[in-house]
Amino acid sequence: MPKRSIRYWWRELADRAATALAVLAVVLVLLPLGAVFTYLVMKGIGSLNWAFLTQTPKPVGESGGGMANAIVGSGIILAIASAIGVPLGIGSGIYLAEYGRGRFGDVLRFTADVLNGVPSIVVGIVVYGLVVVTQKHFSAFAGGIALGIMMIPTISRATEEVLLMVPNNIREAALGLGISRWRSTLSITLRTAYSGVITGVMLAFARVAGETAPLLFTAFGNQFWSLKPNQPTAALPLQIFVYAISPFDEWHRLAWAGALVLIALIMIAVTAVRVVAARGMLKGTA
Amino acid sequence: MGVGIEVASLNAWFGATQALYDIDMKVAANHATAIIGPSGCGKSTFIRCLNRMHETIPGTRVEGRVTIGERNIYNGTSAVEVRRRIGMVFQKPNPFPTMSIYDNVAAGLKLNGFSGGRKLDEIVERSLKQAALWDEVKNDLKKKSGASLSGGQQQRLCIARALAVEPEVMLMDEPASALDPISTSKIEELIFQLKEQYTIVIVTHNMQQAARVAEFTGFFLMGKLIEFDTTQKIFTTPSDKRTEDYITGRFG
Amino acid sequence: MKLGPIPAPRTPTQPDLRVEKRIPLIREEPNRFADRGFEFLMLACGLSLLVIVGLTIYELVDKSHLSLQQFGWRFFTGSNWDPVAGDFGALPFIYGTVVSSLVALVIAVPLAVGTAVFTTEMCPKPLRGPISFLTELLAAIPSVVYGLWAIFVLAPLLRNYVEPFLAKYFGWTGLFSGPPFGIGMLAAGVILAVMIVPIISSITREVLVAVPQTQREAALALGATRWEMIRIAVLRNARAGILGAIILGLGRALGETMTVTMVIGNRPEIAKSLFAPGYTMASVIANEFTEATGDLYLSALVHIALGLFLVTIIVNALAQLLIWTVTRGAPSRANA
Repeated sequence: MPKRSIRYWWRELADRAATALAVLAVVLVLLPLGAVFTYLVMKGIGSLNWAFLTQTPKPVGESGGGMANAIVGSGIILAIASAIGVPLGIGSGIYLAEYGRGRFGDVLRFTADVLNGVPSIVVGIVVYGLVVVTQKHFSAFAGGIALGIMMIPTISRATEEVLLMVPNNIREAALGLGISRWRSTLSITLRTAYSGVITGVMLAFARVAGETAPLLFTAFGNQFWSLKPNQPTAALPLQIFVYAISPFDEWHRLAWAGALVLIALIMIAVTAVRVVAARGMLKGTA
Repeated sequence: MGVGIEVASLNAWFGATQALYDIDMKVAANHATAIIGPSGCGKSTFIRCLNRMHETIPGTRVEGRVTIGERNIYNGTSAVEVRRRIGMVFQKPNPFPTMSIYDNVAAGLKLNGFSGGRKLDEIVERSLKQAALWDEVKNDLKKKSGASLSGGQQQRLCIARALAVEPEVMLMDEPASALDPISTSKIEELIFQLKEQYTIVIVTHNMQQAARVAEFTGFFLMGKLIEFDTTQKIFTTPSDKRTEDYITGRFG
Repeated sequence: MKLGPIPAPRTPTQPDLRVEKRIPLIREEPNRFADRGFEFLMLACGLSLLVIVGLTIYELVDKSHLSLQQFGWRFFTGSNWDPVAGDFGALPFIYGTVVSSLVALVIAVPLAVGTAVFTTEMCPKPLRGPISFLTELLAAIPSVVYGLWAIFVLAPLLRNYVEPFLAKYFGWTGLFSGPPFGIGMLAAGVILAVMIVPIISSITREVLVAVPQTQREAALALGATRWEMIRIAVLRNARAGILGAIILGLGRALGETMTVTMVIGNRPEIAKSLFAPGYTMASVIANEFTEATGDLYLSALVHIALGLFLVTIIVNALAQLLIWTVTRGAPSRANA
């Protein structure tokens, strides 16, 4: 064996150092994740009680109260958003995958990516101008439109991706049976890709569930119960924001609890996505 | 119950490239006709012109006349209606992966507006029996998915699915080429029995299979039909030298 | 070549073309219009994307009209933001946006690329799934929650430990001078970094995975150590894509509103020190839009939004282009 040169040891060292730095990077990245969750639980769990989930906020100075109106309000806004975003998103995805393979499809695809990158506050301003100004008041309706718009590109790209993964011979089999194109697209192609589409929808949902900026000038927020979609509505992320930047300790406490609830709901959605996706993959393998 | 097919001056293109040149052929009812030839000779294109599947590829064109029974399928009839009367089995088995065995067989009927209820059960059972698959799956009809079967079973499922809509013609594009020898012989047995009731056109690159299964054979080369005759004649005393060269393995 | 027995055909030379009467099983006639109608409906859904972008541009230009007329390009070079006097200059916000994003990039890029390299090249297989899942989880945390954590945990941390440390040893650079509030440009940069790491990391991972295995094998066969192989065969090939990932992260940082609003201090000033409070384009809109009195004020804010919109579009388009050159087409989700 020839004697190992200094050069060789140096290269070994570089290799080891690189690995160590990479591991350090991973640790530093996961650290804030752990820290955020830890503090959320620490500071929020104490305030999480039945009152919190069922009561509206109490006036400043009084302790207690909850964010029930914000939770329900978020629900209403998200329902409206899904009613807009899911059909338009899936429809766009179907168009891009089944009919839009040419130049025009590329234009639409690019537009979807552009829309994805637009800051959410800009979406809020646009919906403010189009809906709130026209209606002359804030509403859950406007908030739902803003969030719905944000869902469309995400769902569209995810749907397209997953439809393209359906092998072409399945479409051929359907055509060979004399099934008309629209029936085959819905009942065969889309059905085969179903779990992937659900994944895309839930991811988009989880993303907009936590959005605050677009709601600032659309839903606006409300200290009381707001069940009609045509009035200013409370939303969980909005409420957390308002409480967090306030000078009152009591409201800070509520903000932590609210954040814990919000995270819990989003985490449920994200893990559900993983479960559905895994199960869908096993079922769909040919 | 099968019908005959008459092909007259059939030409087909992929974009600017011509794939079939003036094909004239008469396919006998209730018989099996094999289409043989080397790779790229146009046999798959030909068979796909018979049920108007060729035109589903963008940029393709077909000219000529194909009369199935009494109807010219290229003149006024909608392609979808044509395909409902002709069944097709593809090279690679393609059962619908998210559907059960039962739903697979019923797919052609359900998705075309059939509303039979109990009659559907009968049809599914009959089709699976015709495809020699009934005994193997009768207990798992709705529990197992179409994709969970073996390759040979999947192909028989596809045959059952095609038979369920009671076509008059069955087109088979190399149905056994992706299967092992045992499954292949099962499929060949199937074709033998099916031709009592249906007209079958089978594309195969396996000459022995053509000899085993079909009464008539057509030899294609470079988009042209070189010779069409009884299988016996083609394989023992072919008229054209090119046919003889192919049969004896000199090329292809 | 031995042939098997051939069955005797019925009528060898006269093909039998007879037709039997057939009772159709399927009643429904294929509806040509249904196909066309369906395609049209799907097209309409796709067109909604164009409509939305069109409406966005229209709204932004329309509502900022007053400010565009009054200030024109001066708007982005003026540093005086005085709602009372009706004089609006957006330079402090541009400065704030750029600096906070740069700080975020400086921190996030090595961490994100390091994580991506680790998970694709160095990580033992069973760990890959959990680590990528956890990184994805970082992306799922809403900005307002990050903001909350940043106000009550990060800011005190910076104020009590990090900023004094930086002032003591690196104060000579001029970047770390002035009273350490905790809240300020540095806090915004740090929390932004945490938020953009997942996106840079996941795109980088996709891009690294797209480098063909043969490249790695070639380097290793030449006797390279693992790190050398990564440097020569993987990173070099994926350069454009990684740059694209970084620019995508930049795009995200530029548009981030809530978290920044909560910790940057919201003071329209241009200061060299990272300890000083600042203001970004997105946060001034968030803070002042609902309080804006007068049409010119509102118009100025929309003017900022227009600028932000254009900048993020250009940045994102550039990033997509770069990523596309490496992965060639629609990038799929990076699998564990």
